[in-house]
Amino acid sequence: MTEPSLITACRSMLARDLVLAMRRRADVLTTLIFFLIVVSLFPLGVGPEIDILREIAPGVIWVAALLASMLSLGRLFSDDYQDGTLEQILLLPHPLAIIVLNKVVAHWLVSGLPLVIFSPLLGMQLGLNAESIGILMVTLILGTPVLSLLGSVGAALTVGLRGGGVLVSLLVLPLYIPVLIFGAGAVESAAAGLGVEAHMSLLGAFLAMSMVMAPWATAAALRISLD
Amino acid sequence: MLEVRDLECVRGDHRLFRGLNFTLHAGELLHLRGSNGSGKTSLLRTLCGLMAPADGQVLWRGKNIRAIRDEFFNQLIYLGHLGAIKGELTALENLRLAGQMAGLPGEEDSLLNAIAKMGLAGREDLPTKVLSAGQKRRVALARLLAHKAKLWVLDEPFNALDVKAVDLLKTLIAEHVREDGMVILTTHQEVEIDTGKIRHINLDA
Repeated sequence: MTEPSLITACRSMLARDLVLAMRRRADVLTTLIFFLIVVSLFPLGVGPEIDILREIAPGVIWVAALLASMLSLGRLFSDDYQDGTLEQILLLPHPLAIIVLNKVVAHWLVSGLPLVIFSPLLGMQLGLNAESIGILMVTLILGTPVLSLLGSVGAALTVGLRGGGVLVSLLVLPLYIPVLIFGAGAVESAAAGLGVEAHMSLLGAFLAMSMVMAPWATAAALRISLD
Repeated sequence: MLEVRDLECVRGDHRLFRGLNFTLHAGELLHLRGSNGSGKTSLLRTLCGLMAPADGQVLWRGKNIRAIRDEFFNQLIYLGHLGAIKGELTALENLRLAGQMAGLPGEEDSLLNAIAKMGLAGREDLPTKVLSAGQKRRVALARLLAHKAKLWVLDEPFNALDVKAVDLLKTLIAEHVREDGMVILTTHQEVEIDTGKIRHINLDA
């Protein structure tokens, strides 16, 4: 019996999810378009005064990113659950947490990274200056993976449940709040000319911690959900 | 060697079975029978380690499968009701990725051979969502050929298959058992498999 290779397994898990996302582009675009539309509606609703827009910009963009990220959570495990692939993933001869981490990375690449890439456009639309936009992007790069990682725990717990979407929101929103506060807070501090090191350190700490803890919790949750 | 000791399985408030004991040696086939809802699928899922038993244990070579998950999974192929086939991927991609995720070295030829043997030659490059239910089932079954494993756990493997495919699958199962493999399967129909050691367990009894 050949020794199974964990690296091959991880690489193909990642590749598989990316290929599937590419072949189901509509699903991927939903998240991004939701994000763009929500932020673009604010100037129409609030009015075109640039000072007000500049002031609310960090919060608006972060809230929109958070909701967009939550919108995409439903897809993380549900497709695999419905066609039986999730059972097979649980039966892989590898540590489930590591496999899950690769799945979350793939999920972030198709649902989180596009938000980061398009955020400068929205920042400009709301009148943020170049420095604030830079900070916004960094906070999103640090923060959106945390959203995906924490969200994966909620998605795993509710996989296979009817009305799981509502439950996921209730489960993960409280955990998202610190990320929202420090993410938006960093951009506000930058705009006010204050230092952002503390915010960034905390976001980095959230990322490091969720990267270590969330995959184990998600793996355990998946085993419980499929029991 | 797969050993089941005092297994009890509960779904919700309903006890499906208890005190189940059997041992399956290399070169043996176990045929599970029982009416709908008698716990066949639950038993298979428990044997694979997907479900935790309410009581008792499942041992693989004398060790509890929950303690040696990776080693056990490496020797196991489970085919459930759902084929675990991705509609967006082609038959070949499905098979290749299933193998790679298990960390098996996938040789393209052996994968193509498996697909051809399941009667899907010429369709390996079609997305599986355009295939019929029986053809999807064949793609799922091709895993048995492409990825060598000692223990096959098959839940209703004959569903949706035509007469030819049923014969082919029977032959494959018989060959696997003859080569010292182990097979556990459930069916509703009487299935004659041409191999020596068949054991029957009826969950209704």
